Amino acid sequence: MNEPSKVPETGVANAGSGSNTPALKQFYRDMLLIRRFEEKAGQLYGMGLIGGFCHLYIGQEAVVVGVQAAQKEGDQVITAYRDHGHMLACGMDPKNVMSELTGRASGYSKGKGGSMHMFSAEKKFYGGHGIVGAQVPLGTGLAFANKYRNNGQVSVTYFGDGAANQGQVYESFNMAELWKLPVVYVIENNQYAMGTAVDRASAETHFFKRGASFNIPGEQVDGMDVEAVHAAAAKALDWCRAGNGPIILEMKTYRYRGHSMSDPGKYRTRDEVQAVREKRDPIDHLGQRLLKDKLVTEDDLKAIDKDIRSIVNTAAEFATESPEPDPSELFTDVMA
Amino acid sequence: MSIEILMPALSPTMEEGKLAKWLVKEGDVVKSGDILAEIETDKATMEFEAVDEGKIGKLLVAEGTEGVKVNEPIATLLADGEPSLGTRPSAAPRDDETKAKPETKPRPAAKAEPAPVARHPEVPPQAAPKDEYPAGTEMVTMTVREALRDAMAEEMRRDDRVFLMGEEVAQYQGAYKVSQGLLEEFGARRVIDTPITEHGFTGLGVGAAFADLRPVVEFMTWNFAMQAIDQIINSAAKTRYMSGGQMHCPIVFRGPNGPAARVGAQHSQDYSSWYAHIPGIKVVAPYFAADAKGLLKAAIRDPNPVIFLENEICYGRSFPVPKLDDHIVPIGKARVIKPGKDVTLVAHSICVGLILEAAEALASEGIDAELIDLRTLRPLDTESVLASVRKTNRIVTVEQGWPICSIGSEIASVVALEAFDWLDAPPIKVTGKDVPMPYAANLEKLALPHVEDVVNAAKAVCYR
Repeated sequence: MNEPSKVPETGVANAGSGSNTPALKQFYRDMLLIRRFEEKAGQLYGMGLIGGFCHLYIGQEAVVVGVQAAQKEGDQVITAYRDHGHMLACGMDPKNVMSELTGRASGYSKGKGGSMHMFSAEKKFYGGHGIVGAQVPLGTGLAFANKYRNNGQVSVTYFGDGAANQGQVYESFNMAELWKLPVVYVIENNQYAMGTAVDRASAETHFFKRGASFNIPGEQVDGMDVEAVHAAAAKALDWCRAGNGPIILEMKTYRYRGHSMSDPGKYRTRDEVQAVREKRDPIDHLGQRLLKDKLVTEDDLKAIDKDIRSIVNTAAEFATESPEPDPSELFTDVMA
Repeated sequence: MSIEILMPALSPTMEEGKLAKWLVKEGDVVKSGDILAEIETDKATMEFEAVDEGKIGKLLVAEGTEGVKVNEPIATLLADGEPSLGTRPSAAPRDDETKAKPETKPRPAAKAEPAPVARHPEVPPQAAPKDEYPAGTEMVTMTVREALRDAMAEEMRRDDRVFLMGEEVAQYQGAYKVSQGLLEEFGARRVIDTPITEHGFTGLGVGAAFADLRPVVEFMTWNFAMQAIDQIINSAAKTRYMSGGQMHCPIVFRGPNGPAARVGAQHSQDYSSWYAHIPGIKVVAPYFAADAKGLLKAAIRDPNPVIFLENEICYGRSFPVPKLDDHIVPIGKARVIKPGKDVTLVAHSICVGLILEAAEALASEGIDAELIDLRTLRPLDTESVLASVRKTNRIVTVEQGWPICSIGSEIASVVALEAFDWLDAPPIKVTGKDVPMPYAANLEKLALPHVEDVVNAAKAVCYR
């Protein structure tokens, strides 16, 4: 917190220590779905079934799962191109997400968007944007619309440590605070902007402080701990809903895979990645806690895993068996 | 000695103004920096300061006088020493204010455009767009500026989702006074002054449109929109397609486009062909006030992003506008503004003024030109152009933009592909020169297309 006094301590939702078992089990399941889905996407990419750029979310699952669980119906989500996890967390169907990755007619964008450009008007997921940082003014505009309509909804606008150095982020911060727009800026600090470590690109690496010159409060959160994420998000959403304007959550997280599928990963050591996997993995961490507190059994976790694998395999089969878009789709959806 | 104080030019495009109020009277002693008068330009009311010391002799122009030309003497000053620039020695002592109208000296070589003042070229009655308003509709004369303002006001009254945002649109009443009165009527919720942050507020507007509001985003000029062009193209234009039709972006981006006068390379650029290139948006560039109003209302209602290119020099031009409760001009339709048989002249925005003047000159030489105002650049009404070329067999395109990949290039390509057998001469493109806009008055004039260029091109395709 750079301005802790500005943020009320009330409103923490039912996560944190002493969370109820169903919520924690759901977190575990949701994170595992993203993990297995992304592993499968990587596999399909390797088989040539997914083309172009494909940015996997493996390692960062606690961030979207924790934040999404704190949102209310109608709150909007927008992010950049590492977006598969966000879509699954929003409740979008894994079959149609995977179909978009394989460029099929049954994809969320009829195969015309691909991995980086996917949307769901129904689930209030506004993309899926391929230009680093461009989603930040867009998400701020969603918040503007909420304030214009006075509908009590909040825009959850995600961006990474790389995007945090784009000028339009600060143009957005300025207007969001000036007009007290209800937007939670979630900075997913996964330590690397493509191949550039944060301290090689950022004069201020404490991204939660980046709103300081606009008087936007910020908080750093352990983005590998879904309960901590959930608690911080609940508080931040309450802050926005109370009319206080924007707030920043810096999620300290880590991506295990390359920036995209074509990243050789020479900018960090194998040991570094392995150490995070072994010591800080968000899914293992929550699984161990559930077991230790005897909230689940090994068999329960195995059952969840089996169920998730089945969902993901079904999605992959659906996505590889669905037809490509009809050639007539080339010219549709350009204009209304 | 007595020197004359001349009507000042208070903006790059000002040709005349209103002497709103004298703040001195005859016999007052003034010194440099004292405010002499309030002068109303087409954009704002400005204070006019004394440069020389002395005693006010005669006030030559009564307060409240409109249409006072730049450089017309407005007062005499009894002063010692040499007159400053902006004044000049009196030819003779003026005892009688009512005597012959003082000679008006044009601004020396400072005009970027041939007479940017309002012209009312004769438009033959058969060219009236009957499909756009009923015959016999009452017409009112108004400026393009007023027409644009009325269009926004009417749409804001009709639909609460419509709002205007941009730099200086609210309290300042618009940098070019286009949004005058809107803050008063609609309040700060819907008429929003932004920080100077084009990239940011453009993206914010696009996000608000994703959420089904109807933003009208004003760029103070389109030159500044280059800061925001990523959001216009990558976010506004492409999202419907990238989402398989799930998302929409009903937004209007508007503001003055093209060269104004003497503002140099970074403030003088025509973006017509830039935006006309992009799938997923519509591009509109009207000339007449009626089209400005009807097309802006259509743009605000359009479910797609619309680029609305205005022209600063045209803001103050007056034209008839149909007096209707809801005057809409459909996007995507050109208009034959004068039929003719010998050559087709095609233009949009301010260059429509050029082809109207050129047609008069050509008529005196026995060439009957057909004039087409494109009005919309995307989708381009190629059918209207082709129909005309199949009749006249000759075509000249006119625009202020650069020649490479221009609107004229596109039209020439379409004509060559679709009407090759009808052509009796290769098409000619009259365009701005292929250079950044120079500042010097003579060079700026050379860089821009003029009536004589259009006349010469038309004669060339007629082999005359």
